[in-house]
Amino acid sequence: MAERQYLLVCGGEGCQSGKSEELFLALHQQAEALGVKNDVQIIRTGCYGFCEKGPIVKVMPSESFYRGVRAEDAKEIIAERVVARKDVQRLLYRKEDRLAATTRVPEGGTYNKQFRIVLRNCGVIDPENIDEYISRDGYAALEKVLFTMKPEEVVEELKVSGLRGRGGAGFPTGVKWELTRVAPGEQKYVICNADEGDPGAYMDRATIEGDPHSVVEAMAICGYTVGATKGYVYIRAEYPLAIERLKIAIRQAEEFGLLGKDILGSGVDFELEIRLGAGAFVCGEETALMRSLEGNRGMPVPKPPYPATSGLWKKPTVINNVETFANVPMVILKGGKWFSSIGTEKSTGTKVFALTGKINNSGLVEVPMGTTLREIIFDIGGGIRGGKRFKGVQTGGPSGGIITAKDLDAPISYESLTALGSMMGSGGMIVMDEDDCVVDVSKFYMDFCVDESCGKCAPCRIGTNQMHTILDRITKGEGEEGDLAKLEKIGQAMTKASLCMLGGSAANPTISTIRHFRDEYLEHIRDHRCRSGSCKALVTFTILADKCIGCGLCARRCPVPCIAGEKKGVHVIDQAKCVKCGECFTACKFGAVVKA
Amino acid sequence: MAKMNVASLDKHRAAMKAKYPTSLQPSQKTRIIVGMGTCGIAAGARDAWEELKKSIAEFGIEHEVLMKQTGCMGLCQVEPTVEIAVPGMPTVIYGKVTAEVAKRLVRKHIVEKTLIDGHIQDRPATDIVLWAAKGGE
Repeated sequence: MAERQYLLVCGGEGCQSGKSEELFLALHQQAEALGVKNDVQIIRTGCYGFCEKGPIVKVMPSESFYRGVRAEDAKEIIAERVVARKDVQRLLYRKEDRLAATTRVPEGGTYNKQFRIVLRNCGVIDPENIDEYISRDGYAALEKVLFTMKPEEVVEELKVSGLRGRGGAGFPTGVKWELTRVAPGEQKYVICNADEGDPGAYMDRATIEGDPHSVVEAMAICGYTVGATKGYVYIRAEYPLAIERLKIAIRQAEEFGLLGKDILGSGVDFELEIRLGAGAFVCGEETALMRSLEGNRGMPVPKPPYPATSGLWKKPTVINNVETFANVPMVILKGGKWFSSIGTEKSTGTKVFALTGKINNSGLVEVPMGTTLREIIFDIGGGIRGGKRFKGVQTGGPSGGIITAKDLDAPISYESLTALGSMMGSGGMIVMDEDDCVVDVSKFYMDFCVDESCGKCAPCRIGTNQMHTILDRITKGEGEEGDLAKLEKIGQAMTKASLCMLGGSAANPTISTIRHFRDEYLEHIRDHRCRSGSCKALVTFTILADKCIGCGLCARRCPVPCIAGEKKGVHVIDQAKCVKCGECFTACKFGAVVKA
Repeated sequence: MAKMNVASLDKHRAAMKAKYPTSLQPSQKTRIIVGMGTCGIAAGARDAWEELKKSIAEFGIEHEVLMKQTGCMGLCQVEPTVEIAVPGMPTVIYGKVTAEVAKRLVRKHIVEKTLIDGHIQDRPATDIVLWAAKGGE
């Protein structure tokens, strides 16, 4: 018998199109009709993304990827692919199907939009086993650096690569290391910032949990390059599993002689320690982080002096985030030129995003810079849950802004996101649909900043509170004419006068939503109306008499309860008691409950 | 493990490459990889792990199967995730592997050698380490 083939037909619970089910049945019929039922297994899979080009059929083991397949194509697929073992050329996914012509993607020969450099080992190796890391060329970069490269050459390679800080600001990593390398001082330090605090972001946690050695190796490379013998990983205590795996990794590396004194007999020393943060958002700001590491209260200090000349205990210090470090071994092994061929001209390499919110396939994605938001949200993310309308995507967390439908085709880079009034940030990407209210979202982020402001400088301490008060009032239908101007003015002052970037960017979500959705703000203020129905104070739920069949489901779901009515008779909501939870709205199968 | 020098590390790496082929490389044994990041564990990866172990023992095939944990595969929506590589079959990633699905995986996929309907997920990306080793540029 010939080798068995497998046809994987895309599907998934969130799938709105019934086309794949039809195709699935047609393939089965044709396999039966052509008498090859036993040579092929046809099954349904989870969502593959690419929904606009769906349904998708993937054939194993030939790895053929067919897009836009219809039930009428079933016969040809079975006859050609399964029986004759030739591809149906016209259905194959082609390079031209990619949306972003601007993206320079290395030829991997696949349809995949993701390209995993940082996450190369995540989901592949056992993170608690150093041997597996080593088997995948782990510590080969450290070896190469220690024995064949001068520190200047490492810096040069990084500069050629164009690697920039992945914590958000995008400072060139090679330049940062160079500044620390040439800074005078006997003792220098290397710090890894693993104090990931943006709501909805978990890229760094996943990286450390999945591949802790990549960070350990990169920090040792950094130590050699800048002349530091001591490094710290500052990681938040809320990440117990990541901490545990990092501890195991450090211990194993020490046992192998890859950390500690005289690494691999090179005469170079580098020690690594873990320091736990108590979860204050401001400690992700580098100067506050270093104060916290020193044992002081985590508060930012003005720059300059920059950490490169006066950082931890006033010594020259390199501080990079997890993702930046995780890139370094690949830059060294494959070369800066290779790395710079990925992504766009000024933003090279890849970026990891935590894709969350109202999206079908939420998850961790790593894409080449220059990929468009549309590709991430619709091709990889599988589009908006429940077939709803896309409203916007928040990048950069509480420091970023919202990007709307009209900018979906912008290629992602540090510059483009800033130009759109948001920022790269650390990589949180929260997708919103028509049910999300922009005023409510702004209030959420401002609430976060009020809590997390360290209180040292007035613009941030007072400004965040004032903005929150105004936003809160708007969501309650008590907004006043002129509130938007006030928000913008306070925002401007905070952006200009705050001591650190927490305050300096805290107004961004509000300012950016006012820019894109001014009419929605005005609706709240003037008409006391929230079109998405998120602002509870502004919503009323009513039951339409002509549509209600009296099934009583809403009354049973109502937690108050405040819905009354005879069986098979029209039901009514007691508005005085209603808590506006929306349970009745979700429960009704007849569209009789409306919100306005 | 004694402290290493360059020569012994290179030798060790070569040995480990042979010992730990990834799931996409051929091997004689069936390999199961369970995604055990915080996300996977929160979604019930430990239950899946226990059930896989139990079912494998029930079929008496412990010696033919290697099981290991890994970090997040990136498919948060469908955690817990389990990757299975059975010799002669395509390597696939299953999502939403509850204890019940785990039991079925062992019986259907590993013992009866047929894929399970409705749970297979797309592999998110090419393995660039393997790709680079094959001379990819």
